[in-house]
Amino acid sequence: MMAICSILPDVLCSFPAVSDSYIRMARKTIDDGFRGLVRQYSHLIDAVVQPLQTFLNFLERLFVNSPWILVLAAMLAIVYLASRSRGITLGTAVGMVLIGVVGLWEDTMVTLAIVTVSTLIAIVIGLPIGIVMARSDRVQSAINPVLDVMQTLPSFVYLIPVVVIFGIGKVPGLIAVVIYAVPPMIRLTNLGIRLVDRDVLEAADAFGSSPGQKLWNVQMPLALPTIMAGINQTIMMSLAMVVVASMVGVGGLGKNTLQAINNQFFTFGFLNGFALVAIAIIFDRASQAFGKRLQKHTEVIHG
Amino acid sequence: MASHGIEIRGLYKIFGPNGKAHVEAVKSGVSKAELNERHAHVLGLKDINIAMPGGCITVVMGLSGSGKSTLIRHINRLIEPTTGEVIYDGKDICRMSPSDLREFRRHKTAMVFQKFALLPHRTVMENTVYGLDIQGVPRSESTRKGQQWIERVGLAGFEKHYPNQLSGGMQQRVGLARALTNDADILLMDEAYSALDPLIRVDMQTVLLELQAELKKTVVFITHDLDEALRLGDKIAILRDGEVIQQGSGQEIVLRPADDYIASFVKEVNRGRVIQVQTVMTPATGAPGGFSLPSGTTLETAAKQMTAAGVSVAQIVGRDGNPIGQLDLTTLISAMVTPVGHEETASIAAE
Ligand SMILES: Nc1ncnc2c1ncn2[C@@H]1O[C@H](COP(=O)(O)OP(=O)(O)O)[C@@H](O)[C@H]1O
Ligand SMILES: [Mg+2]
Repeated sequence: MMAICSILPDVLCSFPAVSDSYIRMARKTIDDGFRGLVRQYSHLIDAVVQPLQTFLNFLERLFVNSPWILVLAAMLAIVYLASRSRGITLGTAVGMVLIGVVGLWEDTMVTLAIVTVSTLIAIVIGLPIGIVMARSDRVQSAINPVLDVMQTLPSFVYLIPVVVIFGIGKVPGLIAVVIYAVPPMIRLTNLGIRLVDRDVLEAADAFGSSPGQKLWNVQMPLALPTIMAGINQTIMMSLAMVVVASMVGVGGLGKNTLQAINNQFFTFGFLNGFALVAIAIIFDRASQAFGKRLQKHTEVIHG
Repeated sequence: MASHGIEIRGLYKIFGPNGKAHVEAVKSGVSKAELNERHAHVLGLKDINIAMPGGCITVVMGLSGSGKSTLIRHINRLIEPTTGEVIYDGKDICRMSPSDLREFRRHKTAMVFQKFALLPHRTVMENTVYGLDIQGVPRSESTRKGQQWIERVGLAGFEKHYPNQLSGGMQQRVGLARALTNDADILLMDEAYSALDPLIRVDMQTVLLELQAELKKTVVFITHDLDEALRLGDKIAILRDGEVIQQGSGQEIVLRPADDYIASFVKEVNRGRVIQVQTVMTPATGAPGGFSLPSGTTLETAAKQMTAAGVSVAQIVGRDGNPIGQLDLTTLISAMVTPVGHEETASIAAE
């Protein structure tokens, strides 16, 4: 190999990078500029962070400090009401009890809190964007490429701008999770509304529905099963991202997993992984069963 | 509530990005195929002029793709016309503002669809009161009205069912109840019965005729079936490639088809149910008296009554009860089976 370099001109052998000092200067200018910007808008950033922090802390404390038996009972009730399935409810009970037995109850509660908050925020952001997208082809073609980029970016990359703007901590982690988890919510809301039967929409028009009446009486109810699929995916992606976001200071099961990786703690890592899988399955089964129940009336039984 | 008629005047619909630009070409005789090939526009409707009398059933008939759905959707403006007018109660529907149009749709029209178009997440009752929901009528009041129409169309006991739990015929009864609950003057039915089995279809036709006898709405009924058109229509308009090629009463169309196309349609028709006695009667010769039939009786009914009474000649009496002609069984039967020649049709021309 060296031999080839002796006959090639130097430029073609070692890559002609711009000089180190030049890069250092550029980096410094950009970083300083950015930091200045962040400092300048710190009140705005605080205004975003503060309410999220309060909400997240409240939920975390509620989950962690309530007696476990109450939390478990509430969880089982919600799972049963959503799925109407004894099997799923029983599975949830077994999973949560095992998590408690191996001493991961508190960490699991922290993770549940952040997943709950990020899912709620993703719904609040994603639903209106999806609705607007469904109403206008122009908006759709503007937003779609953005969503494509968001979904192809590796999850780690999200952390960079978030950390630069919001710093390290729980809330920046939460924001990263939301950004990562919101695309399926937007996409499936849009899709669900666009898939509503044209004949039914025409009937709504023929009876003189206003655009708002059409949205709430026809489009949203008929898109609901698809929207539920979006919520399901959003929850799953939040769970995945919560682990990654532990690198910027999110606690709970993700942080434990990160620690286990760094220190090669096999058993500890395995138990945390098990807890994550357990709550993922619980969320997935419950929300899917709920979605199926919503779909019941739209299925055609008679031809 | 007296029903108003609907008058369609000079209506053109050309589908495509720039339909208006091609109206003149179509007026000067460019055909549907030519417009499609040369300019990539689809001729939907061409110079439609129909007066739909108030309180009557007007049937628009034509084969698939002839523009029937396009035409009926101009009456509540689900489709925007390229040019032309649709006049109802002195107002041009095509010029209404969006909010006027919405009010017009809410209070003056109701529509029944070929594929039912019920809301799958609403029960029979909730579907039935949909129009009233949109108008902002409170449920306590709308459910009372809805209940009445659900019973009228024969769905009592199914109020809490969902559409997917019902058969096609029952779903269309819901469609009809939903339209009737709106209490609108205009009833638009786009191939409302085409998706139903023949027997259920005849049932539903009967339901419509019974209701119409009492309600006297201005009904526009679309069908591709001539028998259905003849049974229901006070007036029939026949559409082909977006043009009206004949309009008139069922009898007129059966007796004097405007061209070979329509003639081939009416060939298979049960003429006895369409043609009326006064059309084929001969001038009264004998003394008045004997067996008599009112004018307007169909040949089939006349034949039944005459054979039951065992007479071979009947006297035809007009609305005022005075004899206007007579009919013997031979003439009657030959009118039922053979196309009527020119001599006979002269008598309706004189009407
Ligand atoms: N939105 C549209 N764009 C283009 N062409 C259309 C559109 N709607 C209907 N057409 C055309 O107009 C003609 C009449 O259609 P339609 O009114 O649905 O017929 P019918 O109800 O009698 O079967 C057909 O040639 C159809 O292809
Ligand atoms: Mg049609």
